[in-house]
Amino acid sequence: MKKLILWATMLAALATLTEAADTINGAGATFPAPIYQKWFQEFHKAHPDVQINYQSIGSGGGIRQLTEGTVDFGASDMPMTDDQIKAITKYHVLHFPTVMGGVVPTYNVPGVSGDLKFSGDTLGGIFLGKITKWNDAALKKDNPGVNLPNADITVVHRSDGSGTSFVWTDYLSKVSPDWKSKVGANTSVNWPVGLGGKGNEGVAGLVKQTPGSIGYVELIYAVQNKMGYGSVKNAAGSFVKADFNTVTEAAAGAAKEMPADFRVSITNAPGKNAYPISTFTWLLIPDKIDNAAKKMAIASFLKWMTTTGQTFAQEMSYAPLPKPVVAKEDKQVALVK
Amino acid sequence: MGTAVIAAPPQSRARKLVKLWRDGDQVAHLVTFLFAASVFLVTVVLVYELWIHSGPSRAKFGFSFLWKTTWDPVALQFGALPFIYGTVLTSFLALLISVPLGVGAAIFLAELAGPRTSNSCTFLVELLAAVPSVIYGLLAIFTLVPLLRQYGEPFLKRTLGFLPLFQGPAYGVGYLTAALILSIMTFPFIISISRESLLAVPREQREAALALGATKWESTWQVVVPYARLGIIGSVFLALARALGETMAVTMVIGNDTAIHTSLLAPGYTIAAIIANEFTEATGDVYLSSLIELGLVLFGLTMVLNASAQLLILATTRRGSKQE
Repeated sequence: MKKLILWATMLAALATLTEAADTINGAGATFPAPIYQKWFQEFHKAHPDVQINYQSIGSGGGIRQLTEGTVDFGASDMPMTDDQIKAITKYHVLHFPTVMGGVVPTYNVPGVSGDLKFSGDTLGGIFLGKITKWNDAALKKDNPGVNLPNADITVVHRSDGSGTSFVWTDYLSKVSPDWKSKVGANTSVNWPVGLGGKGNEGVAGLVKQTPGSIGYVELIYAVQNKMGYGSVKNAAGSFVKADFNTVTEAAAGAAKEMPADFRVSITNAPGKNAYPISTFTWLLIPDKIDNAAKKMAIASFLKWMTTTGQTFAQEMSYAPLPKPVVAKEDKQVALVK
Repeated sequence: MGTAVIAAPPQSRARKLVKLWRDGDQVAHLVTFLFAASVFLVTVVLVYELWIHSGPSRAKFGFSFLWKTTWDPVALQFGALPFIYGTVLTSFLALLISVPLGVGAAIFLAELAGPRTSNSCTFLVELLAAVPSVIYGLLAIFTLVPLLRQYGEPFLKRTLGFLPLFQGPAYGVGYLTAALILSIMTFPFIISISRESLLAVPREQREAALALGATKWESTWQVVVPYARLGIIGSVFLALARALGETMAVTMVIGNDTAIHTSLLAPGYTIAAIIANEFTEATGDVYLSSLIELGLVLFGLTMVLNASAQLLILATTRRGSKQE
C-alpha cells in the first residue's frame, strides 16, 4: 500500500514537472479574449505538448503582470508606452498585432431610423458637450435630407477603463484639436459630459433606453447584437461604415508608415475605404525567453497565428490582419531569442 | 494567559504543560484568542497594504487628494471629493428611505402580525437579504431606471422642480436611482435584525405596560421599541456599512460621472464604483495608487461613521438606562 502511494506521488510530481515545461501563461486584454481562447485551443490540438493559458484581466492588468514577471506574455488593446517598456529591464517587449477591431457610434434619435453620418469634428463637438441638439447645423451638414429632431443630445461613454475608450478618445484627439488639449486619450478620461455605462452592454443599454443619446461600442458587439450604427468620415473625406473589410483596410492604409515595432495607432488612417476608428490588438512578447521549450512554443504559435490563426478571425467577428502586416510580423518572430 | 508558564522554574515546566493540555480550558482560551486575534491581524494588514500601495499618490497630492474635484487619468490629476460626496449622499438617502420602512415592517412582523404572516414574511426577508447585489443591479436597470425616467423624475421635476435638488434632465440614472436601489438592498437587513431584537424584549415589559392601561400600540412604541433600540440601531449601521461599500448595483445605475452635482437626478459616482470600474485598466504608479488611496479613504470613512455610531449608542444607552 505504502509503495503504491509513493509511486502515485512520484508520478504526480513527474506530471506537474512535464506540464510546467510547456505550460505558457498569459494575461491581458478582454476584447480579443474569445479569439485567443479559440486559438490556444486549436493550437493545443495541433501541438498537444503546448498548453497556453490566458486570463482576460484587462490590458492594464496584462501589462502589470508582464512587468512583474508573473506571466510569460501579455496582451493589450493599446501599445505600451516608452516608460512602460523601459520599466522592464530584463528584456525588451515586442508587440505582435493579432487581430483588429473597430469602434462604432451608436445612437437613439427619436424619429430617425436610417444610418446617420458623423464627421470627426462633429463627434468631437458632441462628446465635448459643445453640440447639444440633434438638429445642430454640424449634424445637418453631415446628414443632408435627414429630418433631425430638435432634441437634446445625451452622451454615453464607458465607465470602466477599456481599450474601446482608448481607441475612441485616440480618434477624437486626432480629429479635434480641442479634444486633444482638453481631454486627451486613455482607457479612462475625464469626460466633459455624459453618462457612464459599464462595458459594451452598459453603454448599449443606456443608449437603447435613453431617447436622444449617442454612445460608442465595439464593432463586434454591434454586429453580434444586430445594433444599428453610424458611418464616420475618414481622412480621405468619405463616410465609411465599419465592417471587417473597412477595418482591415485601415491597417493596410497605415501599413506603409508602420514603425518596425508595430506600436502604432491606426485611427484616422489614410485610404479611401479605411474605417477611421480602427485598432490593432497586440500580444506583448519578451524578446528573451530563457526556457528553450517555451521559446520554441511561443515562436511557433506566433507563426501559426499569422497564418492558420487568421482564418478563424471572421467567423469570430474579428477583422483579420492585412497581408503587408503579416509579412512584417513574420520577420519580427525571429527577434524572439 | 501564558505568562504563568514562562515565570515557572524550568523543572516543572513540562509537568505544567501536560496539565495545561489536560485541563483544556487554557487551550481553548488560547485557540479562540488566536481566532479573535486574526480579526485584528486582517485589519492591520488591510490598512498597511492600502497605506503602502497608495504611497505615490499620497506623496504627489498630500491631503489635497481629499478635497480636489478633478479625476483625470490623462493629466494624472486625482481628487476624491466627487466620490466621497457620491458615497455619503447615496448612502444617507438610502437610509432615509429604508430605516422608517424597515423598522416599521419589523414592528409589524414582531408585534402586530399573526404568526403565519410573520413567519412567511420573515422567510422572504431573509431570502432578499441573501440575493447577490448584481441581481439588484439588473432589477434596477430593467425596472427602476425606465420607471424613474418616464414617470418618477418628470413628476419630481413638475412638483418639486423649484428646488435645486430636482433639476436637470431626467436620465433615469443618477444619485436618486442609486439611493433607491441601495434602500431596497439594505432594508431586508434592517427588518431582519430589528425584528429579532424586538422579539427578544421580555414579555413582562409588554404585560406591565398593558397592565398600566397602555394600548397595544402605546406599549409597542413606548416600551418595546425603546427597549430594543440597541439592536435597531445596530441594524441601521449594518445597513449603512452595506450601502457605503456596495459596488456592483450602484455602478450599474449611478451614471458614473466624476463631477459633483447638486441635483439628485444628475449622474454621480461612488468610491467603490470607481475602483471597480477603473482598476483593471489602470496603468502607471500614480493612477493605480490613487485608486488604492480611494480604498483607504473608504476605509477611513467607514471607521469614522462606525465610531460615531458607537458614540451615539453610548449616549443613548446612558440617557435611557433608567428603563432597564
